[in-house]
Amino acid sequence: MINVIIGIFLLLGGFFALVAAIGVLRLPDVLTRMHASTKAGVLGSSLILIGGAIYLAETEITARVIATIIFLMLTAPIGAHMIGRASVRDLKYKHNKIRND
Amino acid sequence: MTSAAFLDLAIYASFVMVMLSLAIAFIRLAKGPTLADRVVALDMMTVSIIAVCGVVLVGTGEPALLDVALVLALVGFLATVALARFAERRDARENGEHQ
Repeated sequence: MINVIIGIFLLLGGFFALVAAIGVLRLPDVLTRMHASTKAGVLGSSLILIGGAIYLAETEITARVIATIIFLMLTAPIGAHMIGRASVRDLKYKHNKIRND
Repeated sequence: MTSAAFLDLAIYASFVMVMLSLAIAFIRLAKGPTLADRVVALDMMTVSIIAVCGVVLVGTGEPALLDVALVLALVGFLATVALARFAERRDARENGEHQ
């Protein structure tokens, strides 16, 4: 039974990681690509790590998994915000330039 | 099908999916028209490698891979922030300072 739960966590995590990567490849511009990689990517790897924690079932392992997941969920929005700000400033400048010419 | 066989199958299938996601993110890293696209693809690859660590952890039962995942999350965040700052300053320099 526990094996089935671990397997379902792994499959769901792999599915979300694959969806995130397809989103990064197929979506039309930087901001939408970032939306795919930030949300679906973090969810996928979090699910896989939770599967690992259930598989090993030790306290220290679980604490490390929770620390990794919290760190991922804290840093993904910060990184996405910084990339987004950089690309939006660039796009805004190019747009103004085209309009003024 | 026994539950152990299902777990083996799930490990193989999720390994294939995560590796495919790594390859697809690499395509965006190679193609990406702007620097920001490439930074996003690199971030996606880091998260995929953390997922690979999780899958191999279940496959081999080696708990040291969890430390690899934690350190990779730290280093990946630093790389993303550094590249984003670089992109911002480079754009500001190229576009003139009147923003």
